[in-house]
Amino acid sequence: MTDATAAATPTAPVVFSAHALCKVYRSGELEVHALRDVELEIHRGEFVVLLGASGSGKSTLLNILGGLDVPSSGEVRFGDTVLTAASEKDLTTYRREHVGFVFQFYNLIPSLTVRENLALVTDIAVNPMSVDEAIDRVGLTPRRDHFPAQLSGGEQQRVAIARAIVKRPDVLLCDEPTGALDYVTGKLVLEVIAKINVELGTTAVVITHNASIAGMADRVIYLGDGRIQKVEMNAHKISPSELKW
Amino acid sequence: MTALDRKLLRDLRLMWSQVLTIALVVASGVGGFITSLSAVDSLALARERFYASGHFADVFASVKRAPNSLAATLLTLPGVADVQTTIEQVVRIELPGVLDPVLGQLIGVDARVPARMNLVTLRNGRLLDAGAEQAIPALVSAGFADARGLRPGARLSALINGKRRTLQVTGIALSPEFIFAGMQGAPDLRGFGVFWVPRDALAAAYDMDGAFNRLAIKLAPGASERAVLDALSAQLTRYGSREAHGRKEQTSHAILDSEIKQQRVLGTLLPLIFLGVAAFLLNVVVSRLVATQREQIAALKALGYPNVTIGVHYLKLVLVIVIFGSILGVGLGNVLGRQFLHLYAESFQFPSFQYTMAPWLLLVSISITLVTAALGTLNAILATVRLAPAEAMRPQAPGHYRRTLIERLGITRIPPALRMILRNMERRPLRTALSIGGVAASVSIVVMGNFFSDAIDYVVDAQFNVGLRSDVVLWMPEAAADSARHELARLPGVTMVESGRDVAVRFINGHLSQRGAIQGLAQHAQLRRIVDIDKHVVNWLDDDGLVMTDRLAAKLGLKVGQSVRVEVLEGAQRTVAVPLAAVVREMMGLNAYMERRALNQLLQEGDLSTQFALAIERGREPELLLASKQLPRVIGAFSKATVLRNMQEVTARNIRIMSTVLTLFATVIAVGVVYNNARISLAERTWELASLRVLGFTRAEVSGLLLGEMAIGIALALPLGMLMGFWMVQLVSQLVASDQFLFPAVIQPSTYAWSALVVLSAAAASALVVRRRIDKLDMVAALKTRE
Repeated sequence: MTDATAAATPTAPVVFSAHALCKVYRSGELEVHALRDVELEIHRGEFVVLLGASGSGKSTLLNILGGLDVPSSGEVRFGDTVLTAASEKDLTTYRREHVGFVFQFYNLIPSLTVRENLALVTDIAVNPMSVDEAIDRVGLTPRRDHFPAQLSGGEQQRVAIARAIVKRPDVLLCDEPTGALDYVTGKLVLEVIAKINVELGTTAVVITHNASIAGMADRVIYLGDGRIQKVEMNAHKISPSELKW
Repeated sequence: MTALDRKLLRDLRLMWSQVLTIALVVASGVGGFITSLSAVDSLALARERFYASGHFADVFASVKRAPNSLAATLLTLPGVADVQTTIEQVVRIELPGVLDPVLGQLIGVDARVPARMNLVTLRNGRLLDAGAEQAIPALVSAGFADARGLRPGARLSALINGKRRTLQVTGIALSPEFIFAGMQGAPDLRGFGVFWVPRDALAAAYDMDGAFNRLAIKLAPGASERAVLDALSAQLTRYGSREAHGRKEQTSHAILDSEIKQQRVLGTLLPLIFLGVAAFLLNVVVSRLVATQREQIAALKALGYPNVTIGVHYLKLVLVIVIFGSILGVGLGNVLGRQFLHLYAESFQFPSFQYTMAPWLLLVSISITLVTAALGTLNAILATVRLAPAEAMRPQAPGHYRRTLIERLGITRIPPALRMILRNMERRPLRTALSIGGVAASVSIVVMGNFFSDAIDYVVDAQFNVGLRSDVVLWMPEAAADSARHELARLPGVTMVESGRDVAVRFINGHLSQRGAIQGLAQHAQLRRIVDIDKHVVNWLDDDGLVMTDRLAAKLGLKVGQSVRVEVLEGAQRTVAVPLAAVVREMMGLNAYMERRALNQLLQEGDLSTQFALAIERGREPELLLASKQLPRVIGAFSKATVLRNMQEVTARNIRIMSTVLTLFATVIAVGVVYNNARISLAERTWELASLRVLGFTRAEVSGLLLGEMAIGIALALPLGMLMGFWMVQLVSQLVASDQFLFPAVIQPSTYAWSALVVLSAAAASALVVRRRIDKLDMVAALKTRE
């Protein structure tokens, strides 16, 4: 078993800690072990990239950290809160107050404009920033009254990021944020995520199967077959604009 | 406004065609319910009010002639609170320029003694006063006055005791005794009028000074009607009592009562079935609608929206639709209910007809729809919110498909497209069953709505074409020698005469008894025939046995071969025993028949007749009617054409209008269901269909998959729906059946055809919409949004 704890940045407080995390999916007679005995700590302000092939368990891990799914066994803590012991209602509150999600396919509400998609979050958030500020941060002010269908894929993903950060989340969880985007647009989106990470100090966890993105992370965690295969620290983070793939 | 509410409004606007059709389904259910029940409620209320304000009597009796002093004696009978006597006579009325036979019921009222029962309400004109020289002043019943255009000042003549007298109309009046005015239960506004005239004039004409022939009684609170009737009969026998009866057998009350009862059954049952079907469909449609929003629900959950908020959001969506539909339905019910009431107002005369919509109607109809819609929504939402959001956001796992039953049975040469359709239908049997059931239900209510038209056509045909084949029936006030037949045969245009003898009787079997009449018909009747519900003619009157409507025999607990005691209520009153020879399943009335000569023998009377049925050469009826007016002994003439026209204009028309309204509602429901089924199927399978397009399937092939499933569903739903319709019609006709009336459960092929046409047209229109949407499928976008 490889464990990522040792490699964590020692200075900042721990945001997430996972211990002996397992997840088994049952599909008919088949049992799929998506996660096996994962140990992990993530620190405040850290930019973590989870790297792995399709089926390596990275989405499952992210969904569990984000309170979208529950593990079959093991423990996950968010700060002092034990997520694995939380009720459905507690998980909902947790997502609402602490987590910003960015999905591969954006998952915007098609019947709401850019501003309204953000308002969906500010309506229920505790201490959100202004909708316009969030839109400005992703550079979409001119398109803020457009509907999702009127935006390009990259723009939609930037809306999704704005929607994720408008609540001032503690963590930003991104599942293949560039997966559906072309090279140039993808880099633009990654720049926005990096900027948020630096400017707001939001912990960012980004899933990708694109190894080239690893260069912009503080730490890269390699997953395979449901286990953490290795962990790399980047001594020198590079800017997304310098990434090449 | 919160962003979530804004999403709600946008979604509603986006789905406008579905919102509209679902709302119309709700409106039809609620509208049908409110229309019929509010109209019949208002009718019942108007009756209650008029009975109270007009002091409608409880018991009625007729005698041949009794002294006025008898009233004081009757007042002492236990249970009798008040007695009121009148003189009444049925006479022939002649209106200038009118050939149709018209009968008038003259009622003598004493202007000096205010009436205490069956008060006459003056609608317009003046009360009775001393009329002009030689003319008798008269108040005319409003229904007749309106039908004949009579106003105060009009003059008409009446054949009073053989003498032609002039009646001068002073006013138009209404009475609780004649809310419904007509002879023999037929709504005959043109052919029957009630005339209130000075009692003195009538007494003088019929030699009834100091006497009466009709009385009304008010019962004391808590008195037994049966006991009073018995006591009354004992007192009245020697005065030639013809009948004493309670309200139940009073013509106007009985007709009104059966109309209200029948309408209440129809008005509750049909709309409840409608509302039930609408609610069921709403449930199906709504749950599928919500299910298609699975990913949006997941996204909302990921953003931290709790289940309750999401549930409320979708409930709001559905409630907006249902409330919109309910408002539409209530408005529609209000408008149509008033129209229905107008129809009633043509057959039933009330001083005021106020439309009321009872709050419970709104409460019941709206809550039924709201609750079922909410249940459908919650059901669908629960299935989605129960999932972890991560799971809900993923496309649904591929279902467990397997070879279909047909394939497993060894038929493997099925084209791939059909195979896909069949597997898809078989994989989700409940959903398939529900959507087929929904379409079938809408087919069935279209059948049921239209059935009433079919039934009334059938009744008219059976009664007037098969049964009564004469053109005119003439009748006498009292039995007369049958030889009059020869005289009538010589009247202009007459081709055949058939005589009949009617006698009022009471049938008694043990403790069961029933007032009625025996109709003496010709042995092999050609003109007045007995017809059963299957339109079979019964033409085998036994020599000395009775043939009875099966319901009458059942009421008396009689079996064929048993004897029944017959108490003759007119002439030389006697009691005889007659065997029951046969029963016949007739549609209308509680009738008893005998061969005329056998009946005369039974009564120990000569060869007598009370009426003559005439067949007339085509086009010569007016001539005959004119000639019949010269026969002083003929009291009335019953022209089939006139009665048929009255029936078509009132009863049949009312039923047809109701049937049309129900059919329209049913049609709207059917269209709503088929359209929504198609739209939702499309929404559920957009991704799959787009994928097939990517693989190289043509638009036609892809449309074929979806529309093929729809076609198979409808092909199964049509016969199923027709069968359901047939069952519902059987049920309805059983529930509506009364003593007096058996509603034939007949459905014309055209009704089935119409129901199929409605559903097929809705399907074709929906298919066009779906096809256009499939043509515009964005393959790339559809694939992008899924893994």
